[in-house]
Amino acid sequence: MKLSRKTRDTLAFWGFVGPFLLGLAIFAYVPIGWSLYLSFFDARNTVTPSVFVGLDNYAHMLSDGPFVASLGTFSVFAVFIVPLTFVLSLALAVGVNQLRFAKAFFRSVFFLPFACSYVVASLIWKTSLFSGVRYGLANTVLGVFGIDPVAWTGTVHPPLYWIVLVTARLWLQLGFYMILFLAALQRIPQHLYEAAWLDGAKPGWQVFRHITLPQLRATSVAVLLLNLINAYQAFDEFYNIMGDSRGYPPFARPPLVYLYYTSLGSGGQDLGRGSAGAIILALLIAVVTLLQGKLFRFDRSAS
Amino acid sequence: MQQRSRRAFLSLAGTAAVGAVAAACGSNTGRPGDPPPSTAMSAGAPTTSQAPKVTLQQWYHAYGEDGVQEAVKNYAASYPGAKVNVVWNPGDYDSKIVTALQNSPVPDVFEAQVKIDWVRQNQVVSLDDIIGPVKNDFSPAVLAAQTVEGKVYGIPQATDTQVLFYRKSMLQAAGVQPPQTVDELIDAASKLSKDGVKGLFAGNDGGVGTLTGPLLWSAGLDYLKNNNREVGFDDPRSAAAFSKLHTLNTNGSLLLGAPADWSDPGAFVDGLCAMQWTGLWNVPKVRDALNDDFGVLPFPKLDDSGKPSVPVGAYGAMVNAKSAHVNEAKAFVKWLWIDQTDSQLEFATRYGFHVPARQSLIDKAQTLQTGPAADVVKFVKENSHLIGGPVWTQTSNTALSDAVAKIAKEGADPVAQTKAAVTVAQSELKRLFG
Repeated sequence: MKLSRKTRDTLAFWGFVGPFLLGLAIFAYVPIGWSLYLSFFDARNTVTPSVFVGLDNYAHMLSDGPFVASLGTFSVFAVFIVPLTFVLSLALAVGVNQLRFAKAFFRSVFFLPFACSYVVASLIWKTSLFSGVRYGLANTVLGVFGIDPVAWTGTVHPPLYWIVLVTARLWLQLGFYMILFLAALQRIPQHLYEAAWLDGAKPGWQVFRHITLPQLRATSVAVLLLNLINAYQAFDEFYNIMGDSRGYPPFARPPLVYLYYTSLGSGGQDLGRGSAGAIILALLIAVVTLLQGKLFRFDRSAS
Repeated sequence: MQQRSRRAFLSLAGTAAVGAVAAACGSNTGRPGDPPPSTAMSAGAPTTSQAPKVTLQQWYHAYGEDGVQEAVKNYAASYPGAKVNVVWNPGDYDSKIVTALQNSPVPDVFEAQVKIDWVRQNQVVSLDDIIGPVKNDFSPAVLAAQTVEGKVYGIPQATDTQVLFYRKSMLQAAGVQPPQTVDELIDAASKLSKDGVKGLFAGNDGGVGTLTGPLLWSAGLDYLKNNNREVGFDDPRSAAAFSKLHTLNTNGSLLLGAPADWSDPGAFVDGLCAMQWTGLWNVPKVRDALNDDFGVLPFPKLDDSGKPSVPVGAYGAMVNAKSAHVNEAKAFVKWLWIDQTDSQLEFATRYGFHVPARQSLIDKAQTLQTGPAADVVKFVKENSHLIGGPVWTQTSNTALSDAVAKIAKEGADPVAQTKAAVTVAQSELKRLFG
């Protein structure tokens, strides 16, 4: 039997896409659907609940002090960390791009932390760089100036733990965004700069502002989006720096950490409320992302 | 407790088998294919000689001490009533158990502390019928950890406790007496803080995780009261006790940000602090490092209407209700954790420092007869309390620890914060008991 060309194409398509799609369905789509289902039930310590509670879980999570507080904290965190990451990674990229020699070396040096495990980095930050004892790196430096050891993760007034968390996050992530910007910088045609020079644009800020930045538009929007989603999905370094087996303090608690303890805590798994919280968080990220897209008028013609 | 990957110490494997059982079993090495030893059993194990033996899956978390894994495998191998496969679970064991209980017939037997929701979902079976005759031999707090609404769901295996370790020489040098009240503790901690040494270490979270329970008990209160039907800290004294933690956190006498957290003796033996709240399991390491230059205390009382206290916890051997062999699993639990007292004593005291779960075995434990260990045994007998318990849920616990963290760290209003935690705990009780 001879298969028609169309059938062959279809078979080939499913042959290549099928296994991947199957994996995606089993490990992503079904669980997401299940989570949505669980969020309408009283599901404690069970994934096959029987008591339908409608929107009770959602109402509870939205009136739940700690969850709402964590959403608020991380909206503020996003407003702060997204521009900071953006500016720093762009500055790094422009700096590396202008190097006359050892460009590859510095590119690698800045990118390497991204390849480091979040958990490992968190533990190094917590136990050696910013440990609260006199031989922690930060405290050793302060000791040179005769300042007493500081409990970096344990001081709430002022909230010094943010210094530990934010530096760990920047160290881990800047390199990745820098690479994105570097790639985009290298795609900007040289003749644009030559034309600008002929038109009398001053090298430096003026050229950067009118040539480089507009040319980076598509990449900038992508970096901002990734960053924003990342900020709301914070978990690893927070959990490993601030949390322990017994729980997580109410300061700088990411929504995901709170949901983790709610759904998978050893004191009882409340999968219904945890799922409702996860859906709320997903919707929030979607809305903020769409708003941001509107704000920056993300269209391909710009690139 | 500290977990680390362990090598199988084959040298121990041969010697860890319990004398009496090993003698009775001849050369049973527990390898598949070995003929089952024909021992007359008093354990109520199925004695139908024609029926093939069932295979039971038994789960443990990864104990940190060398030798425990071989020991429990040997106990299982010498059980005549069934073939028992021991599974060692490194990592987040508590979550793994909860997940397994939801819809899996495996494990048949496992160690845990019961939660009321497991009972409500019919995930575990009551063991009243096998613990009955020896029920009074277990200390009340340890038994309470395994009891829901009057029924026992786990046979306590070994008791862990936490105490206040202090450096005798440092206290003497500072002219400080071992503290007997919470105020004396605060005073001692601040006097002992000098020259780069901090007075007290109670965890990097400033004691929120470890001292919440002891502070409640110091005021004569508890997490829950009235048979777990009522919140036990709806009382102005709880706010007063929690505010003491704020004092400790603000007067510069607490060690914070230590590389190893409270459950590890590192900070104490390295001389970073003069006093540390940590586990009995650290006595051997502390003794190795400091010889006799340390003593232990319970958490002190708040005032004369309160009492000193130590928290106790104990994993209990439990049976999965969805197991295909519930009766065989129960028979095995009875054999190992009720009948085999020699194994229980060895399990508790040979590999690390734990108090046997049964009162009658404590007097037989050689390691617990002298020095600080003997003091701890006294505290456990007289002042032990259960942290939270089966009815204390994740929701209640998060609410209370958030409240204590805000009081201790931010100086939030103790009364309002405590009240908020009471409200959450009350709504949880309402959900559970109507």
